[in-house]
Amino acid sequence: MLSKTLGAYILRILLSSLLTLGTSLGDEKEARRLLVEIVLREGAERAAALEALGDEGDPVIASMVEAWRGGQILRYRTDNATIILFKDGEAFSNLLTGEAVVPATEPKIDRPSRKLRKTLKRIVDLIDLSSPDFDKRIEAALKLGLSQNPQYLPDLKARAKRQEDSNTQRAFDEAVAISELANGSIEDRLAAIRTLGSMKSFRARDYIERCISTDGDTKPTDEMVTAAKRAFAEIDSHQKMVDFIGTLFRGLSLGSVLLLVSYGLAITFGQMGVINMAHGEFIAIGGYTTYIVQNKFASAFGEGSSVYGYYFITAIPLAFMVSAIVGAIMEKGLIQFLYKRPLESLLATWGISMVLQQVFRLYFGAANVSVSSPQWLAGSLQVGDVSMSYSRVALIVCVAFVVIGTYLLLSKTSWGLHVRATMQNRQMASSLGVPSGRVNMITFAFGSGLAGLAGAFLSQIGNVGPSMGQTYIVDSFMVVVVGGVGNLLGATLSSLGIGMVDQGLQPILGPVMGKISVLFMIILFLQIKPGGLFPARSRSLDD
Amino acid sequence: MESVLSRIRGWLLLKDNSDLGFLALLFGVMIALPLGNALFPDGSALHVSSFTLGVWGKYLCYAILAISLNMLWGYTGLLCLGQCLFFALGGYAFGMYLMLMIGELGSYGSKLPDFMVFLGYEKLPAHWKPFYSPTFAILAAAWVPGLVALIFGILAFRSRIKGVYFAILTQALTYAAALLFFRNDFTFGGNNGFTDFRFILGADIRIDSTSRWLFIASCLLLFAVYWLVAQMLETKFGKIQQAIRDSENRVRFSGYSTTHFKVFIFVVSAMIAGLAGALYVPQAGIINPSEMWPAKGLDIVVWVAVGGRGTKLGPVIGAILVNLLKSWATRAYPESWLIILGMVFVLVVLFMPNGIVGLWAQIKARWSKGRLSKPETTVAST
Repeated sequence: MLSKTLGAYILRILLSSLLTLGTSLGDEKEARRLLVEIVLREGAERAAALEALGDEGDPVIASMVEAWRGGQILRYRTDNATIILFKDGEAFSNLLTGEAVVPATEPKIDRPSRKLRKTLKRIVDLIDLSSPDFDKRIEAALKLGLSQNPQYLPDLKARAKRQEDSNTQRAFDEAVAISELANGSIEDRLAAIRTLGSMKSFRARDYIERCISTDGDTKPTDEMVTAAKRAFAEIDSHQKMVDFIGTLFRGLSLGSVLLLVSYGLAITFGQMGVINMAHGEFIAIGGYTTYIVQNKFASAFGEGSSVYGYYFITAIPLAFMVSAIVGAIMEKGLIQFLYKRPLESLLATWGISMVLQQVFRLYFGAANVSVSSPQWLAGSLQVGDVSMSYSRVALIVCVAFVVIGTYLLLSKTSWGLHVRATMQNRQMASSLGVPSGRVNMITFAFGSGLAGLAGAFLSQIGNVGPSMGQTYIVDSFMVVVVGGVGNLLGATLSSLGIGMVDQGLQPILGPVMGKISVLFMIILFLQIKPGGLFPARSRSLDD
Repeated sequence: MESVLSRIRGWLLLKDNSDLGFLALLFGVMIALPLGNALFPDGSALHVSSFTLGVWGKYLCYAILAISLNMLWGYTGLLCLGQCLFFALGGYAFGMYLMLMIGELGSYGSKLPDFMVFLGYEKLPAHWKPFYSPTFAILAAAWVPGLVALIFGILAFRSRIKGVYFAILTQALTYAAALLFFRNDFTFGGNNGFTDFRFILGADIRIDSTSRWLFIASCLLLFAVYWLVAQMLETKFGKIQQAIRDSENRVRFSGYSTTHFKVFIFVVSAMIAGLAGALYVPQAGIINPSEMWPAKGLDIVVWVAVGGRGTKLGPVIGAILVNLLKSWATRAYPESWLIILGMVFVLVVLFMPNGIVGLWAQIKARWSKGRLSKPETTVAST
């Protein structure tokens, strides 16, 4: 009779919590009532009621059961009734209503017996298996499965049948199979090995190995060993696949960083022949702009507000603008006098780079400043067993836009035509009426702006500091040289290529040796193609 | 008087009075400063402290380094951003000898250098063993950088990498080497490098007389290198070298193998830089991978540019002046000395394309603006 009403309660709570994916006030009330009832029961009845609680996914119940286990549930006898109190620190509240209570006499602690504590712990573990939060549910199932505790196997099995979501289903199946590796019969174990093999479960590999090892209590059959071998093959090939895709992704994202950094360089260095050693500092300008925008948003809207998350969207164009303006000033004030002396532009811009770095240090401090990722860029995209962080995915997408945008700008607009004409032959272009002075300034500003854009994105995946640009400057010069000076397609291909090779070598050689090998490979590559992938064609002898 | 001068000039095979003047000044400094250190007691107005000697000894090493870069950039048109690598390699080679001479006086009391004990080495790595010999170490300070330059030079010049490409590749080489030297398992002390030297050629490195001899050695090396450059410029080889700078293709079309010339000059310059590094390390008391960080390579270029590229005296003046400015600015304006230094570079590039040495000719040219005269020292841009 009682268990029936209880079952009804539970079902209702379970349903409503599943629907709302959270606890509304009504559910909490019922959960409290349910718990008070259980606490008041004794003996077998209580045990049965508790067992039923295990199906309950409600987080309130979970926390209260946990509290009970910890001795925070107290019994308080007043004149006419018994109230169950919840002790939180020194304060008491009525478990039923949640209201604060000041007991007149010392309440009696309802310290659970050892056996009850054990049951309660089990309940706490099981409650998560029904959590409305799927991630939590998956985590709990796997935890219990990997513990290979025979006590939980029936519970896992029972719940595995009830899962409706494909992800949780998979997790429960995996958990059951892993648990069966240790607890099942010979047939069960064989089936589990096969299941895990076809699931390509990385976690299960060690457990399967332990299952077929001969020093266990159960001797493995030949069939099991063969099945395990096949399962290993499947798991390993999947692992390789996942690693490969992961490397590919990391290579693509490193390549995108290089691309973004070197695109600006490819324009200023490649197209204009100016070696801008301060290019790295334009990256830092972009990073610091993002930092300032973040702080402004934080002080204007507060860090918790929803608007705050959009600071990054605002920062992107601003980072471009600020760097572009500084770039334009630098072109007007310095670079324009040095077009005929490219190697000396290197020295002058090196001076500018030192000045800018020190200015950053004076204004923002020598230490790195922290730029937090907005909420929507945190976390990662899970595709199968490969996880890709959103910030890197966003970076790759944005870089694709930059590449296409730059291409369109240079090839489809009249400004692009002017730029290309000026780059090919400055004198000829200006004698044909191209305002080369202005074109130069805008081009340089554009290249610097791209560096600022890179800085804004790097703030999401790296540090923002006075010398952040220096980290990338050598690499990005290499990208431009490998790609062929003045060739944007070359820069695109070479940055992606260098990124891929770098990330491909790193797992084998380690980060430093990987980088060194890349540098030497570049030097060797230039033996075969001294002009880069797409050498600039010219009829002039000394070009 | 005139005949004495010309006789000395002839004896030194020098053509220019200015060369003679500089070498005489150097000779004077070489005698006077150590004498001031040895003869006059502390507190006397003429006393030269060992610290001052050490500082100037380092500046002289920098000057040698700048000359070695000027051989490449000023006279052959090869901008090398990796000269600091050769300098540091030479320094490391001699530093290995100095490390071994510490013997059992290190903080671990082991025969091995401290960092090796710290990293758990059981015995000395085989490539360290020859460095017990000072002769070998000094030779290595020259041939190790020379070998690196030879391999890299052949690779780079054979495929006709030049100008900006060459500059960037040398920078990448330096960067790669620095990354390598920062590693602990590369057996060169990781990012702490070598320090706490005790003995050099049997003498205590911290006593005054050692400082004096090191200073004199720096002067002598500078003397020799300067003289060598002055001689080389007069020979046919020097002429071809400068012709390569001005128009490499013409030289090649005239039948010269410019690649061989460039490789040779690159190796010689690397060896000189290495020797300068070897003298620098005992005077500075430390060598670590930050010496070969790409920024250092650019510093050297700046010294040459400030002093006057393609002139014999320019690199010496540039190296000493910029470092004096640096040491003054770091003390007087610790917050903003980088800004001062950076602005100086910008201004020098903008308004003094021929550096300090070319300043006089520049002013003269501006003065007599009626005539279309260009400063003699103008170097064709590459």
